[in-house]
Amino acid sequence: MRTILYLIRKEFLQIFRNKFISKAIFAVPILQMLILVPAVTFEIRNVRLCIIDNDLTPESRGLISKLEGSTFFKVKFTTFSETEANKLMHKNKFDVILNIPSGFGENLGNGKPAKLMASVDAINASAAQLSWAYMSGVIRDYNLNIITENINTVPVIPLPQILITNRFWYNELLNYKHYMLPGILTLLVTVIGFLLAGLNMVREKEVGTIEQLNVTPVRKHQLIIAKMVPFILIGLIDLSLGLILGKLVFNIPFVGSVLLLFFCAFIFLIAVLGLALFISTFSGTQQQFMFIAFFCMIIFMLMSGLFTPYESMPNWAQIINMINPVAYLMKINRMVMLKGSSMHDISREIISLIVIAVCSTSMAVRRYRKTT
Amino acid sequence: MKRFLGFVKKEFLHIFRDYRTLFIIFGIPVAQILIFGFAVSTDVKNAGIAFLDLSKDETTLKLTDKIISSGFFRRTENLTGYNEIEDVFRKGKTKEVIIFEKDFGNKLLKEGKASLSILADGSEPNTATLITNYTMAIIGDFNKEILGAQTNNSLLIQPEVKMFYNPELKSQHMFVPGVITMILILICALMTSVTITREKEFGTMEVLLVSPLRPIQIILGKVVPYFLLSFINVALILILSWLVFGLSVKGSIVLLLAESMLYIMLSLSVGILISTVSGNMQQAIFISLVGMMLPTILLSGFIYPLENMPVVYQIISYILPPRYFITIIKSIMIKGTGIMYVWKETLTLIAMTVLFIVLSVKKFKIRLE
Repeated sequence: MRTILYLIRKEFLQIFRNKFISKAIFAVPILQMLILVPAVTFEIRNVRLCIIDNDLTPESRGLISKLEGSTFFKVKFTTFSETEANKLMHKNKFDVILNIPSGFGENLGNGKPAKLMASVDAINASAAQLSWAYMSGVIRDYNLNIITENINTVPVIPLPQILITNRFWYNELLNYKHYMLPGILTLLVTVIGFLLAGLNMVREKEVGTIEQLNVTPVRKHQLIIAKMVPFILIGLIDLSLGLILGKLVFNIPFVGSVLLLFFCAFIFLIAVLGLALFISTFSGTQQQFMFIAFFCMIIFMLMSGLFTPYESMPNWAQIINMINPVAYLMKINRMVMLKGSSMHDISREIISLIVIAVCSTSMAVRRYRKTT
Repeated sequence: MKRFLGFVKKEFLHIFRDYRTLFIIFGIPVAQILIFGFAVSTDVKNAGIAFLDLSKDETTLKLTDKIISSGFFRRTENLTGYNEIEDVFRKGKTKEVIIFEKDFGNKLLKEGKASLSILADGSEPNTATLITNYTMAIIGDFNKEILGAQTNNSLLIQPEVKMFYNPELKSQHMFVPGVITMILILICALMTSVTITREKEFGTMEVLLVSPLRPIQIILGKVVPYFLLSFINVALILILSWLVFGLSVKGSIVLLLAESMLYIMLSLSVGILISTVSGNMQQAIFISLVGMMLPTILLSGFIYPLENMPVVYQIISYILPPRYFITIIKSIMIKGTGIMYVWKETLTLIAMTVLFIVLSVKKFKIRLE
């Protein structure tokens, strides 16, 4: 035990001797969170709209003012020429062109179909779908208004109408910060722990100081533990800094148990650091380690569910994701922070993390060779 | 010149000796393209949905069936009381709960009004908005069907939509340019900064500096191999996206490659700049990986559309090179436009490259401290 404590002390001294790293491990996450958390939103606002109104009737104007009145659309341009509109779309001046052909107002109510043509810039397919969904919603509303107005003049039996109310739980206003903060925090903790722990180990190899450690009576597991503890601590400190920042700056609620979250983060860090040390056993230089780490991290990150919904992944990807520790912590972090999920609700995730942690650390200890 | 070529050869030997790194340099883009192509998408499919049906009549069953058979949802549970809702959300599998009021079908057909509530798990705002929209559209259709049976269709507006540039709504159109942009800047900056700081850290930089090679030749020699590798990488990604997703370059491929070269040069100069400010490899890695990865992904418009960000961020994104390159590559590759449409972005990239190079030349120390 005393040996481990001495080794840990040595690690701390080494980490904090490097002036840049010792500041960066705390400053970089804080800065990135401050900058990135408010930036990201999928919310569709201000869809830039171009209107070609060849109809110029009260009906067409009514529709346009209805679109202008909604918060989603901003009419940027009106023209009568389709070619001009297409050309400007090419230059990325707006996102949607709405073409109201002449005869729209006349046909409406004449029994002929009143057609509308919308062209959406669909390079970003999901944004395109979303803006089209909003637009057709506005058109549907407008249509319903016309129908009811016309019906009212001829009183008939009430028309069946489904009234929909909707609510968003846990995040009434759909504040994206609530969603991004736990996600970005998870990533930062992962990247810092993973990278630094591995680099630290490989550096000893590359510089040759590992030999000096190897000739001492220090046992393999002691060495691995001593290499892990400082980075677990740094990771947990980063986590608490991030949470405090979330509370103070972004006012993000923390519904669940803080202790539970830290417990999960602790297991998670063991898993990730074990993996980093395992990779470090078969990389000879920091450069090599960095690239393997980069590779793993990109895959972990993209599949973690930070950017894209977890459920829409195909089955095989979800199976691969069972060994992705980042995906588990991402889920746990959001569930505990925002929904107040209990130990029982996330038991499956915790057990999986424990299994990954045990496997990765024992692999790291096994693969580590004191002799070359 | 001969000396310089010899130096470049040495650098190539360094790179090829380390086959693992080489494998990763080409492995990362391939893996990313495949992940984005097959594993992740921003669409929502199979979202867990639970029903609290207080009516259980023909109409609600029909509507439930319609919602389930749409393909967006997967039924997780049937609830029996309001108190179960919280529970089911907390477990995390269910993203949406639909509540039908008592006597829904009767009210709808006799009184003309019946209400239902959609509750969505807002802890994932994007999924929540999308599934709420889907559900509303499905219910709207359902409503129209019942309405249509009772009135004539003379008042209906028929909106048609055309999806420009991407009629099949493939997400590849978004991520192939994104992956190229991200990979190039990360790999180039990382590799150059690491390879130069490595020489510093191990003291071999002194050996190089006392050699007859001029400092500019040393830097160029370091950069040339990575320039070639990155260029091969671009070609690899383009070929892969064409073979696997059938996504071909619509505009001029020569222009695209020329712009890529410019962007690679820019990324390499970022790497050189990082190397001049960092004393050892850990620092260089930290800056180029931890410092640059997330901002590049998040603020370049790769995954999250820039237009929706607060104005401050749109301004910040103007100083980030990926933003310009992503616009260029999208215009050429997907819209098929020529240089006339992207000359502003191109000039900005050239200016940035020059700026970074000037800065690094000024900061580059040829003497040891």
